Amino acid sequence: MAARSQDAMASPPRRTGGGVDFSALLSRFDRLGVIVALIVAAGSLALPFVTFKANRIAPGQPLGISEALAFPEGPVFQAVILAGALVALIRLPSSLRLAAGLLLIAALGLMLGVAATGLMPEGSRVARVSPAAGFWLLVFAFALVAADALARMQLGPMTRLGLLALVALGLGLMLWSGLWDDVSILREYANRGAAFRSEAQTHFALAFGSLGAATLIGVPLGILSYRNRALRTGVLNSLNVVQTIPSIALFGLLIAPLSWVAANIPGASALGVSGIGFAPAMLALFGYSLLPIVANTVAGLEATPEPVRQAARGMGMTRRQILTKVELPLALPVIIAGIRIVLVQNIGLATIAALIGGGGFGVFVFQGIGQTAMDLVLLGAVPTVALAMAAAIVLDAVVDLASPGQARPR
Amino acid sequence: MTAGAVMRTVLLLVLVAFLVTPQSFAPVFEPLTRYGAPAIYAQGSLVDITLSHLGITLVATLAATLVAVGLAIVVTRPFGAEFLPLSRSISHIGQTFPPVAVLAMAVPVLGFGTEPTLVALFLYGLLPIFENAIAGLSGVSREVREAARGMGMTGWQRLARVELPLALPVMLTGIRVSAVIALSTATIGSTVAAKTLGEVIIAGLTTNNTAFVLQGGLIVGALAILINDGLMALERLLRRRNGLADTTAR
Repeated sequence: MAARSQDAMASPPRRTGGGVDFSALLSRFDRLGVIVALIVAAGSLALPFVTFKANRIAPGQPLGISEALAFPEGPVFQAVILAGALVALIRLPSSLRLAAGLLLIAALGLMLGVAATGLMPEGSRVARVSPAAGFWLLVFAFALVAADALARMQLGPMTRLGLLALVALGLGLMLWSGLWDDVSILREYANRGAAFRSEAQTHFALAFGSLGAATLIGVPLGILSYRNRALRTGVLNSLNVVQTIPSIALFGLLIAPLSWVAANIPGASALGVSGIGFAPAMLALFGYSLLPIVANTVAGLEATPEPVRQAARGMGMTRRQILTKVELPLALPVIIAGIRIVLVQNIGLATIAALIGGGGFGVFVFQGIGQTAMDLVLLGAVPTVALAMAAAIVLDAVVDLASPGQARPR
Repeated sequence: MTAGAVMRTVLLLVLVAFLVTPQSFAPVFEPLTRYGAPAIYAQGSLVDITLSHLGITLVATLAATLVAVGLAIVVTRPFGAEFLPLSRSISHIGQTFPPVAVLAMAVPVLGFGTEPTLVALFLYGLLPIFENAIAGLSGVSREVREAARGMGMTGWQRLARVELPLALPVMLTGIRVSAVIALSTATIGSTVAAKTLGEVIIAGLTTNNTAFVLQGGLIVGALAILINDGLMALERLLRRRNGLADTTAR
């Protein structure tokens, strides 16, 4: 809010030459709204809303909104989108714009479901109706309105978590109601529901398991490195080198040593250690996770103000007490910020585990690439992106909650 | 010459020697192969593949730098200030997108090959550069900007002669981070048929040949270390030129 009113004062429309005074005209509108309206125009008029395919790998037939939706739904939805563009154009309180943005995205979701159900030939199991560029662009436009409102409102951590829960609930309702059952991505899901659930479990296990292990080992390692300068240089430098190894290579390089372990150490293979699959993926993710956690632990501990440390010493605290009661609590937000980086990164990297048979959502992404079946790619990519975003929002809120009385660190 | 510089020179020499005459390193990789599989990747010239890998990284990072710095300049001017909070939150959200997902979603639009890889690396590279360019440009102190204004400089002159030079080291940090990420992520491009070192790694994965995986991984790792260190040295040089304390050393 502050930025907008300041800007309005700083640059009053001053040009008084001949012709139309564009800046005066523009100042009546929300400037982002003008961009959003242009995107909406392009998305609803120039680009296809959905693609219809006779089967999942056949070339698609692009359909605009008026072709994809029958009367009266088509005109009704077009009016809703037009109204949305107008709302974006007018200057309104941020909370109203946020509500409008979210409602319009929900309307687009509804529209997609209705279009898919209407287009699907009776009883067909092979035809596919996929969301096309126009749909994604419209979602992007209204997401911009919502994101802009959110950035201006600067909500507290609990409110942000509440909003996330609300969005998740809405999404869950849409999925549960069967509205999207005829949309291509869910058609792919219907064909492999069991596989999806087991790969989802693997993905969670990979991302959270490696994070847990890295936290258990990384935080103590960070504390030791903080105390011992020589150890710190060595640890941080070698972890830096691990980060430079490309993920596919690190996954691959662990195959050989782990097959050796599985073959030569009794009991290892009974524990599930083997050359390909879950074990090397887990170990590689663990390796990538250590650096942010160790580095952030060291940085957080180092940031303890010297007077605070001296006061603690003056109160007669032992070194151990200073660490557990003063330094670690003060470093907590920075350590959690490290955990946030790791979790978001691991959720993304876990997709690559599929290349070495480690499972996870990447299975669908790479199968889809191999079969040039975009819907299958989306079945793997969309949950990964959603999971990473949700993890980022939740952990950002936790960082804020752990640092009371401080401005939100970015 | 410091110990670090000696090690880097040795690394560079070994890398060049390996790329030019890979077969002379065959005995090193032989123990990693089984059933008489070839020890050195020979389905294509390693020099060509490496140059193509570097080219893709360079083009994507340069394009990302131009666009991100341009956007950062716009949102730090008075007329673009309205977009600052939004653009920051977009770049915050954008960084949560996994590169594989970006790459996979670019394929249906652009087809297989180099293009989707370039687009994914470009999009992924924008964010660190944008964040750092904003930090650098808004980090120029008020006094300095007032002094430039007092000297009668126009807005463009202040930007070109004062703000950009002062922000350059911080921007370069973003470019370095972005380039190293792009270098490593480009390997994934081989899953959509781009000519990168990922080709060597994936050939190793599919034929169970650890020697190939190691070669591809080591070349990318060595390139990442060399590029990272080179750009870091450039940052230190610029900081010294700007008369700022050397804070890049870690």
